[in-house]
Amino acid sequence: MDALLIQVLNGLDKGAAYALIALGLTLIFGTLGVVNFAHGALFMIGAFCAVTMQRILNISTSVIDETQTDFLGNPLKIETPVIQNWFGPEMGAAIQDWSVPLSVILVVPVMFFVGYAMERGLIKHFYKRPHADQILVTFGLAIVIGELIKAFYGANPIQTPAPAALSGTIDFGTWFGFEAGAVLYPAWRLVYFLFAGAVIAAVFAFLQFTTFGMVVRAGMADRETVGLLGIDIDKRFTLMFGLAAAVAGLAGMMYTPILSPHYNIGMDFLVLSFVVVVVGGMGSLPGAVLAGFMLGILQSFASMNEVKAIIPGIDQIIIYLVAIIILLTRPRGLMGRKGVMED
Amino acid sequence: MLGLNSHDLKMFIVIAILTLAAPILLNPFPDASALGESFNAGYPALMQRFVIFGILVIGFNLLFGLTGYLSFGHAAFLGIGSYAAVWMFKLLSYNIVPAILLSVIVAGLVSVVIGYVSLRRSGIYFSILTLAFAQMMYAIAYSDLLGRMFGITVTNGETGLQVYNDDPQILMSAGDPTVPHLFGITMNGSSTWNVGGWSFIFQNGYYLSAIFMIAAFYLSIRIFRSPFGLMLRAIKSNQTRMHYTGLNTKPYMLAAFVISGMYAGLAGGLLSAMDPLTGAERMFWTASGEIVVMSILGGVGTLIGPVLGAGLIKYLENIVSKINDGILHNWFAFMPDWLDNLLVTIIHPFIGKGWHLTLGLLFMAVVIFLPGGLVEGGQRIGRLFRRKKSTDAANGATKPAE
Repeated sequence: MDALLIQVLNGLDKGAAYALIALGLTLIFGTLGVVNFAHGALFMIGAFCAVTMQRILNISTSVIDETQTDFLGNPLKIETPVIQNWFGPEMGAAIQDWSVPLSVILVVPVMFFVGYAMERGLIKHFYKRPHADQILVTFGLAIVIGELIKAFYGANPIQTPAPAALSGTIDFGTWFGFEAGAVLYPAWRLVYFLFAGAVIAAVFAFLQFTTFGMVVRAGMADRETVGLLGIDIDKRFTLMFGLAAAVAGLAGMMYTPILSPHYNIGMDFLVLSFVVVVVGGMGSLPGAVLAGFMLGILQSFASMNEVKAIIPGIDQIIIYLVAIIILLTRPRGLMGRKGVMED
Repeated sequence: MLGLNSHDLKMFIVIAILTLAAPILLNPFPDASALGESFNAGYPALMQRFVIFGILVIGFNLLFGLTGYLSFGHAAFLGIGSYAAVWMFKLLSYNIVPAILLSVIVAGLVSVVIGYVSLRRSGIYFSILTLAFAQMMYAIAYSDLLGRMFGITVTNGETGLQVYNDDPQILMSAGDPTVPHLFGITMNGSSTWNVGGWSFIFQNGYYLSAIFMIAAFYLSIRIFRSPFGLMLRAIKSNQTRMHYTGLNTKPYMLAAFVISGMYAGLAGGLLSAMDPLTGAERMFWTASGEIVVMSILGGVGTLIGPVLGAGLIKYLENIVSKINDGILHNWFAFMPDWLDNLLVTIIHPFIGKGWHLTLGLLFMAVVIFLPGGLVEGGQRIGRLFRRKKSTDAANGATKPAE
């Protein structure tokens, strides 16, 4: 029983990442009708915002202290991070420690701007072109963004640790009445799951309970009529693109302590999140979230040793296998609507 | 002649001549010169890639160009062909005939299965299904899941499959060459022709692949012009309507898918025949993406586009990734130092390891400005000239009347 609980928990954080990316993809597809192959790149930009934040917080001033020498006999250089000069050593160190969650102040505006610029600068011109062209141009953009990241940050993964307070493990089992030590779970993964849940809830609430969200939903259902009512729906859809980019960026930012970001991380996640979107059903927001968590948890079950003993390597193919089975039995995915992307 | 109309025949002959004369045409600069070191492409390893990827993309174009079904997992068939060929080398002998035959047959059989399943859906669902199948096969090959299941070696995991000394090779007799060969003609054998500063290398392997590519190109012209090709284009333009006329489009689609899978298998078999080892990375989805990029760059749905696209990408990949800062400084040596350094700093991210950045930008530019690829670019330029000529002719015609 506790083994099962561990697998469910292990699947949650990965599932949460899939769900967040798939949610953004579906938002873009549902509003603008564009298949965005560059969405993984947005995830990656978010992750590298966290890296940048870490570097900003570590900018130091160095003072040469003539009275002390290092082991080579040269005068000792004392580096003090600027942030510690401003807030005092303890507060400054705490801020540095919390650099990943603090990146949120960088991620949200940056991602929103990137999304906005991407839609206005590039994707706007592709509404009337076939879906294949949209796939291709965003695929090209994803290559370009990935390579730019590689040029600036190098090809190696960059460590971005979680805050010390959250980098331990939680004895999760004791909460549910198992013996101590049976279900150990990294704290940050739980944080990630809760964070993802909060973001997903916020997006749904925003669409459901605000006037802006209501107009957007109306536009998703019938763009032309909303336009005829004198509402500038294009502007709102552009903002939704920015929102979707911000969601992807947040997902990437919070994932950095789990997986050190490198320039290919976007592509790795993109392929899987596309499978997630298609399994959930193109254009269905709940479907995307459901399929994200479902595939994440399935993958974690498939990587259990007991399962792998029966079918070796099933953990690497399970997602694709499930996608194939679902697409063949339920052509439009789990919760897809009729007539979406079938031309 | 050959069952082609005069326009197609002209194109076919041009392609055939260009391919056969490539070792000379691709070496325009003397070997020792700076330009030659950077821009010459007439060495066998690269030319093999031109023609083999040409075959692959011609096959892909038969599916995507004619029917509009975008397969994002075509590299899987390339990989299967490669593995099948290497297995033939391991079991029978280094003769490439059984290897290439089997690679085409196996790729064809696998594409029947994948095509039958994937073609039940269209649009993006088809793309994702093919992508899913290809990624599955990549995972199976990369970790040798088939082998682990039965306790034998099938793909040899991440090491890659190659021929070892203790392999059975039952048809091998004592005097046979120990590299892939065609009844004794070794694939890596070549003859060199030295003229002045040039040395042109004519390699057997290249010529074998080139003949295969010319044949593949001929077949693709015939398919394009056949009633079957017409049917595929009808399906592309309006599948619903074809259904209404009482036609079952499935067999046609499946046939197109299998033919294009067999082309990919042939390309994979040839890759193994040139170099008898193969690995799973040939099946990774980036490889499939590269096939898509090549065919878009050249011009989807045109006959000659795929060949151009494959050649251009492989050429640029080789040339651009070879250029480094030192070479750039040489080129810009005539400029003032500050300008030289500035230019090198600007260009630096795009060359050497940054080749993919250049590729991405080039690809985006083509998709945005030239949806028809290089072929459309060529046609536009051609039309520009023709219009000028025709206005000239019109002027000439009116003058005497005055």
